[in-house]
Amino acid sequence: MAFFETHDMVKHFGGLTAVNHVSFQVEQGQIYGLIGPNGSGKTTIFNLINGYFPLNGGEIRFEGSRISGLKTHQICRKGIARTFQVVKPLKRMTVLDNVIASAFLRCSTKAEARALAENTIEFCGMTGEADKLAKSLPIAWRKRLEIARALATKPSLLLLDETAAGLNPSESEQAIQLIKRIRDSGITIIIVEHIMKVIMTISDRILAINHGTVLTEGTPEEVASHPEVIAAYLGEDYRA
Amino acid sequence: MRSHLGPITFLILLIIYPWVVSDSYYQHLMILVLMWVAIGSGWNLIAGFTGQVSFGDAAFFGTGAYASALLAHKLGVSAWWGLAIGGFVAVIIAYPFGWICFRLRGAYFALATLALNEVMRHIATIWESLTEGMVGILVMQTFVSKVPYYYIALVIAVMSLVTVELVINSRWGYYFVSIREDQDTAESIGIDTHYYKMTSLSLAAFLTGLAGSLYTNYMGFIDPSIVFSLHDISIMAILVGIVGGVGTVYGPAVGAFIMVAVSEIFRTGGFGFLENLTRATSSPLVATITKYVKEAHVFSFGILVILVILFMPNGVVGDWKVLVQKFRSRRSRAPEG
Amino acid sequence: MEVFLQTLVAGLLKGGLYALIGIGMALIMGVMGIINLAHGQLMMVAMYVTYCLFHYLGVDPYLALFGSMPTLFLIGMAIQRFLLNPLMRVESILPENQVLMTVGIAMVLTELARFIFTSNYLSIKTSFSTKAFYLGGLSFSAALCVAFLFSAALTVLLFWFLIKTDVGRSIRAVAQDSEAAQLMGIDAERIKVITMGIGSALVAAAGTLLLPIYYLFPDIGGPFTRKAFVITILGGLGSAVGAIFGGITLGLAEAFGATYIGMDYEDMIGLIIFILVLLFLPGGFKRLTKV
Repeated sequence: MAFFETHDMVKHFGGLTAVNHVSFQVEQGQIYGLIGPNGSGKTTIFNLINGYFPLNGGEIRFEGSRISGLKTHQICRKGIARTFQVVKPLKRMTVLDNVIASAFLRCSTKAEARALAENTIEFCGMTGEADKLAKSLPIAWRKRLEIARALATKPSLLLLDETAAGLNPSESEQAIQLIKRIRDSGITIIIVEHIMKVIMTISDRILAINHGTVLTEGTPEEVASHPEVIAAYLGEDYRA
Repeated sequence: MRSHLGPITFLILLIIYPWVVSDSYYQHLMILVLMWVAIGSGWNLIAGFTGQVSFGDAAFFGTGAYASALLAHKLGVSAWWGLAIGGFVAVIIAYPFGWICFRLRGAYFALATLALNEVMRHIATIWESLTEGMVGILVMQTFVSKVPYYYIALVIAVMSLVTVELVINSRWGYYFVSIREDQDTAESIGIDTHYYKMTSLSLAAFLTGLAGSLYTNYMGFIDPSIVFSLHDISIMAILVGIVGGVGTVYGPAVGAFIMVAVSEIFRTGGFGFLENLTRATSSPLVATITKYVKEAHVFSFGILVILVILFMPNGVVGDWKVLVQKFRSRRSRAPEG
Repeated sequence: MEVFLQTLVAGLLKGGLYALIGIGMALIMGVMGIINLAHGQLMMVAMYVTYCLFHYLGVDPYLALFGSMPTLFLIGMAIQRFLLNPLMRVESILPENQVLMTVGIAMVLTELARFIFTSNYLSIKTSFSTKAFYLGGLSFSAALCVAFLFSAALTVLLFWFLIKTDVGRSIRAVAQDSEAAQLMGIDAERIKVITMGIGSALVAAAGTLLLPIYYLFPDIGGPFTRKAFVITILGGLGSAVGAIFGGITLGLAEAFGATYIGMDYEDMIGLIIFILVLLFLPGGFKRLTKV
């Protein structure tokens, strides 16, 4: 029984099948990558795991128990946190308050929440921005705030959605370092990315999908040399 | 502590107010202000902080009011017991209210609350065997002087403000604001948004219901068109919240003061100033103006809504810095360097 | 059986008129995303305009359409241009400012009417008002029939306008995706102003057509605003076609309610339908037609 697994996930939107019998397993402590062209269903998969959309078929299991069908906040409580592709900061709150709001999940007093929030912010290298209003942050910091907020819920599994999109090379590099630090602290990560450099460098295993269907699964080298994956990405610069 | 110096000073002033001002009319006005502080604070909790803009708070006010009235009228118990249970009865109403309305977001939530408000008003009007319908209910007033009512209202108002202050600095407060800012995000950081929206609504209902019970005891007479009134209660609550400052602790207090003042100034023509002016000048023009001003208070509310939303949507407290800056920049004519 | 058919006819005819009210509001909702809580009050203004034209100038109410519609068209445009469009740029905590603004406008319009005309109930009597004609044992109120015909004509005109003309297409574009429309060169703000004008003109027509068979006083706006949004919710927010079904449904519901339950409950029926639809059919009729 794997740490996290999906069996035969199916999701329809009207006549469109966005996710078509997708199954995969993630081991504890791994960084598991999910790649696919735009519109292939990656974010939908996250939305299914997270409980945003109900499954039309299949199931999702985490640490042995079934989580498909639970509400989003219950799933978070169980230890799965996520970031959003289109970042959703709590705009009119400061960075610190954003993270404190998250921290309250595991803390009962404000003092505790504050301490956890401050630690998390430091871990993410955001201490200098702590008192700034979330809406005043540029995109790179907003993405980091997404991560900090997710981390403050003390997850055991973290879903990162397009964390590196929109970042310049040096910001990307910093993001990669942060992700490694998160993995080293004991959190399992599933990461969605379509910037090859990021995902190929850090993933232990990768699932490649297109049009909601699994193309292949394996180590980064195996996936990168798979003919269908290359075909799907024809024209995309692999070495970003 | 320093930030509380202002409010504490006000509190002291409010405590000695009835000793200084013995005119029962002005005492009455302050009682109204204090009542609106409570109602406005309740609305602010659910709307300003949690982002669920309710257009139907009269449902809770009326429930509290009738709880008191019916205790006296049907059970022969003192209406003061209504103060104790009025808030709780309103909370009970809040549950189906929330269940129906919270499945909707934004303006549709607002409409649903408005519809429920009206439904309750209709029910209260039609269910005559329970509520006496439009005949209304008369309650014996316990005190002749207004002063005891004043202090009770003051306690309720202070309680409301303290409650809001405590809540927003706690986990509840953070959760409420998170829901307001982005409900989806809130869910994904583990907030049970339905539960916390209900909590916020229950608090609002409690404070508003309490104010309703006070109203019954103080005014001595209620009927559905008064206590379930869309314009006089629900929309007034919104105005109190908006004019004062949405999402701030003291906003409703400022808003209550301004709204009652504006309302009375129009209703009485500047507290009788215009009438005196008419008498003094014997001018028919002034007399006409006086007459129109006195009848124009709803009109002035409408204009006030329009102006506030256009120019000061965050209210006096919310836009305070903006107001101060505008004031300063008009005074100093020094050219920019 | 006869009572049933009679009620059915009355409901349908009234429903046609309601549809006109609903279409205006649906258009506004679809294009601007505003819930116009002053819709009934705009209708009230149109009714007063019609009354004045009739009373002081002897203009036949059906001709008065040419007076009330343009007037409300201009008023609607002014409201959108000066009071509602600016709100888009204002940064505030609560997004419901537009709704609140329309509440303020509604209050101002009502009180202005009261100021000018006092709270007295007014009505106009035309040769049509009490006439009825008989068909198959059922009586049809002449005024309602004429109103229904005009409504139908205006509705057809509106749809032709939306489908065939450039402005109409621009309106539909903005309704679907305001940003995309702007990127294609459509001045969204101007379109919104025009839409508000059209929506107001439509509800003005409804008011003018209604006046001969109804009565008029300043507070008449409120109940009609409520009816307007029940209709729009029933039909599916922003759907003009849906509003037609919504209007007819409400007309029928009120007619049957009045006949079989009691006159007092007319307002309640609308509210209860509203709540039921919100609970069980949030997309309105429009939702039913989609897969």
